[in-house]
Amino acid sequence: MEKKSYLHEFSKGIVKENPVLCLILGTCPTLAVTTSAVNAIGMGIAATAVLVCSNAVISALRRFIPDKVRIPAFITIIAGFVTVVQMVVRAFSPALNDALGIYLPLIVVNCIILGRAEMYASKHPVLPSILDGLGMGVGFTAALLLMGIIRELLGSGSVFGIELLPVKILIFILPPGGFFVFGMLILIANRLNARAGKRVKSSPCDGCLMSEKCSQRSCEEVSGNVD
Amino acid sequence: MLIKTLVSVFLAAILTENYVLAKFLGICPFLGVSKKLDSAVGMSVAVTVVMVLATAVTYPIYMYLLVPYGMDYLQTILFILVIAGLVQLVEIVLRKYIPSLYRSLGIYLPLITTNCAVLGVTMLVLQKVDSTTLYHYTYLHALVNAFGAGIGFLVAMVMFAGVRGRLEKADVPASLKGLPITLVAASLVSLSFLGFAGLVDHLIPLS
Repeated sequence: MEKKSYLHEFSKGIVKENPVLCLILGTCPTLAVTTSAVNAIGMGIAATAVLVCSNAVISALRRFIPDKVRIPAFITIIAGFVTVVQMVVRAFSPALNDALGIYLPLIVVNCIILGRAEMYASKHPVLPSILDGLGMGVGFTAALLLMGIIRELLGSGSVFGIELLPVKILIFILPPGGFFVFGMLILIANRLNARAGKRVKSSPCDGCLMSEKCSQRSCEEVSGNVD
Repeated sequence: MLIKTLVSVFLAAILTENYVLAKFLGICPFLGVSKKLDSAVGMSVAVTVVMVLATAVTYPIYMYLLVPYGMDYLQTILFILVIAGLVQLVEIVLRKYIPSLYRSLGIYLPLITTNCAVLGVTMLVLQKVDSTTLYHYTYLHALVNAFGAGIGFLVAMVMFAGVRGRLEKADVPASLKGLPITLVAASLVSLSFLGFAGLVDHLIPLS
């Protein structure tokens, strides 16, 4: 029983509650760094490292952080780990550091990490929180990798730098291609979810941490009108 | 000459380096709050105000405190805390002194702390290099760039609100409804902004 639930904590983030394709969180890095498969993996691993560490620490401190200041406390913890990851990447892989650029420090404001801290780590013990972070991180990396492979294959005719296609449709590695491929992937995810009989995710606000604060206004209007 | 560079910095921030459509910063509000024109404008105005204020505070902190003492690795952690504090402060001041403005903008303020466009502007502005002096942006340039980034956000939001208004009435295939068609529309809007590439350099020759 114990073992099965631990496995579930880990595996739910990969397919069923994939943070990118099902919960629609962390869209900015998903669109920005997936111009090549290597960048996508680098971003995924960096974010996973931050997610696992911050989940562990927040879960360990969950009884000591007062409820009123929990968001600033979470952000400070996350920012600390992002700084560590930034220094590690700069030291060991300067090329990746250049490729990810501004998006590496911007892991701080990635909704997935703050969202998991708020929704999971602040309410559960340390070990399940670590597994949850790991699963979500792997799911994030997998989605990013999928986007990266599609965009690199179509945009530069290669995957991981290995030439595969003679044609290069440049638009796929430019910003419009990012929006388009992401839209198509969500379309497929929605189709699969609908076939499995699940509610189709319709609004980016549903997974938003702040949705409770704005739900009376803008987000309701968005999610209310789509169906 | 100074005016000329400032105008070019401002236009570049709006058109060629649009934070939403070219740099993918602030996608969540772009997709979430662009349904109605008035909420799109309200959100963008709040973002612009916070962007300019945040840059006004973080630029001197970085240049005159972190760099001289070799603590620039603290940039990420310090900037996010400054922005979070600033947003709270703006909220309190607005509620106390200008309640009418608070009622229209206040609801967007809590969303802005974790908006990556704001943190992105404060960080990118420090990496930018002025093309005439080949030196870091001055304080004035940084502020103009932040203001331009905010206006660029406004332009993208307003344009996209118009596009989505049209989508409402369109007959869209069932599985494309909702987010997928919104993203395809965003792709086309972003495609149109690619057309501005090189425009600013030709419009305002600096040499």
